[in-house]
Amino acid sequence: MQEVGTNPKRSSGRMCCICNQRRAALKRTKTLEQICKECFYDVFEEEIHQAIVSNQLFKPGQRIAICASGGKDSTVLAYVLSTLNKRYNYRLDLFLLSVDEGITGYRDDSLETVKRNEIQYGLPLKILSYKDLYGWTMDEIVKMIGLKNNCTFCGVFGRQALDRGAALLEVDKVVTGHNADDIAETVLLNILRGDIARLSRCTSITTGQFIALFSTIIGFCLLQTLDRLATYAYFKKLDYFSTECIYSPNAYRGFAREFIKDLERLRPRAILDIIKSGENFRISTTMKMPEQGTCERCGYISSQKWCKACVLLEGLNRGLPTLGIGRNRGSVNGRKNSEETKGGKSIESKGCGTLDF
Amino acid sequence: MACNGSGCQSNCYKDEEEAESGAYCAPSTELTKGGTTATDLLANKLCAKCKVKEAISGYGGIDDGRFCADCFRSNLFGKFRFAVSSTAMISPTDKVLVAFSGGPSSRVALQFVHEMQQRSQKNFDASRDRSLPVFGVGVVFIDESAVTPIPSPEMEKTVEDITLIVSSLAPPAKELHVVPLETIYSSDSGDGKDRLAKLVHSVNDPTGREDMVLYLRMLALQKVASEYGYSRLVLGSCISRIACHVISATVKGQGYSLPADIQYVDARWEIPVVLPLRDCLAQEINLLCRLDGLKTLELSEGPRAGINGLVSCFVALLQEENPSRECTIVRTAGKLIPFQFNRIPEISDDNVPLATRRRQKRYNLKSNESVSSELFCSLCNSPLDKSENVDLNNLDSFSAVCCSSCWFQILPKDPSSMERFYSDLPQSIVARGKQDRNGNLNILREQIKDCLLSDTEDET
Repeated sequence: MQEVGTNPKRSSGRMCCICNQRRAALKRTKTLEQICKECFYDVFEEEIHQAIVSNQLFKPGQRIAICASGGKDSTVLAYVLSTLNKRYNYRLDLFLLSVDEGITGYRDDSLETVKRNEIQYGLPLKILSYKDLYGWTMDEIVKMIGLKNNCTFCGVFGRQALDRGAALLEVDKVVTGHNADDIAETVLLNILRGDIARLSRCTSITTGQFIALFSTIIGFCLLQTLDRLATYAYFKKLDYFSTECIYSPNAYRGFAREFIKDLERLRPRAILDIIKSGENFRISTTMKMPEQGTCERCGYISSQKWCKACVLLEGLNRGLPTLGIGRNRGSVNGRKNSEETKGGKSIESKGCGTLDF
Repeated sequence: MACNGSGCQSNCYKDEEEAESGAYCAPSTELTKGGTTATDLLANKLCAKCKVKEAISGYGGIDDGRFCADCFRSNLFGKFRFAVSSTAMISPTDKVLVAFSGGPSSRVALQFVHEMQQRSQKNFDASRDRSLPVFGVGVVFIDESAVTPIPSPEMEKTVEDITLIVSSLAPPAKELHVVPLETIYSSDSGDGKDRLAKLVHSVNDPTGREDMVLYLRMLALQKVASEYGYSRLVLGSCISRIACHVISATVKGQGYSLPADIQYVDARWEIPVVLPLRDCLAQEINLLCRLDGLKTLELSEGPRAGINGLVSCFVALLQEENPSRECTIVRTAGKLIPFQFNRIPEISDDNVPLATRRRQKRYNLKSNESVSSELFCSLCNSPLDKSENVDLNNLDSFSAVCCSSCWFQILPKDPSSMERFYSDLPQSIVARGKQDRNGNLNILREQIKDCLLSDTEDET
């Protein structure tokens, strides 16, 4: 499943077992075949092309936003998609979409990378900032609420920023660079926190429930493990930014991420096995699922009266930053919460809005 | 903060209580593990149930610090009794075999089954017509010294201790079966121990080897239960154990078969397996052992390797961070649809009192909320998804009807070692596989008959 770059000196003399013309530069860990760079590109790009074709992800003429964070995955995504668009003539109107959380020392640097990518790939770039959308930057939020729970804000705002951006720019689909590790991590996290509704849908390649609104977010999960993306970026000498978010050490996801890394070291296949498990879970049909509605305040999808972003924003603006975090009574959606304390376990009020997809 | 555990109502006046009873000192310092701090102990307060005695705390888990020792004990037994009565796990006519490893969970399982038996004995003695018999209880210990590096003096000592534990339980007397793992090979061949060791050591993946031993242990338990006429097999799996299984099964790609393993009842085996401690936390079980001075034994097996060890570390870490995490994991997995065999088979016997049958019917799993599965992995006996790579043309070979997880972590890759592996398998696995396959073959033939060119089968 993954390729690991080997020292070219050691493999000198070995020829690529696919084309048998160029010198091999890589060893596939799965089959131990040695292949050259060019064939690796072909195999990789062909796989993505097949995923696009077989899942019918796009239609000609669609306006597609590529989520670009400046990181490795999204850089590869932007490069591959623009390459394939030209090669196979998808006739897609591609552009880059970046969210500026307003984190000094992290996002400003990575946005520079995205701006360079804009020129390198000739794709127009749109930047949406938390400041414009919500009136707050992450730096200001962290200053107010501290380093605890700040990822809740960023996750909720980030997810909605993509929705809002997609609506604003009238795009048909939004493509994100989520890889297999992210999906596996999401499967695990949903088990750990009992989010059965998300567990049932987090492995699908398209999250269809957003079609009802202005755009569709495609989890562009092409079942690539990190290494392969890294190899591709490395050989193509793609220009990407690789620093963890400066607030990230406090993220709850960290636990699961660490676990996934350990697992991958022990058994690389485990990542794909987790996704397979996630796909094979059969969830009881009599389960109560959260009903999808719209937020009374901003009109975006929400399973509650107000969407989570509005609740969090209200908290920030009123100087009550813990509003909407955890299980508090005095929130806007309090009606539901009080029902819960009386009635026991109702899945609807499990604070779904706190989570990314 | 309100808790999100089940039965949350009584938790809500926790804050007031804390204010009232600040100055109580813990009487149970020796009960706490090394990891807990002194502040945990100082926060002691009155029992939330009886409001008379001081609550005990410091053992972890959701109910930590809520109950006094007596209420804690009855609460824990209540969970056990609920599991038993709500699923009609044990009927008066049953003969129950408790799988006893010497560890805390199975010790508590044995203790609770014993207490329950004593109660029904009391009822039996008191009743005039003696219509309800008392269910029988036996205990089995599987000696795995053939595959684990346990020095034989230690094993002898363990067996001695176990005999003492079982014999010291009040009457009715319980039969103890101490059985080596190699019992799964028919006794007349005599080379069972060697074949077992060869079989287990031919599995290269450390996780696979552990799981293989687990499957073989189940075979041995089933064999004992069936030989001595038991009708239920009780395992002491607690929440913490099941939570680990949920995660590790997910990691091994067993998402389809996972719900089969975590229900109260698992009747895919000849003798139905029941998990009455499914709602009890490991911390609670450990506390009960300490409170009641229940003797437990820990064999020096060393740390678990591979995926299973990694997962249990991960879950332990999460549990430390949030004491209801294990419950949440099990509850999430509990929402997956179970299989048809996750229920006690209906009794059609007229000798069984009507009340028992009626109760069983009422509480048993509703069949419309379950999945039927025709195919089982020949090795681990987990139900197979239709999408699983089952080679329809090759159903007569053993490895064709194995789950992908067994394929990856247990079965040898090259044909010659596969042959050796197959020849070292105990007869019961081979026979079960054959029997299943014959049954399946007919079903599958029915499905694919239009595509078949010949009508004859060259099988057996």
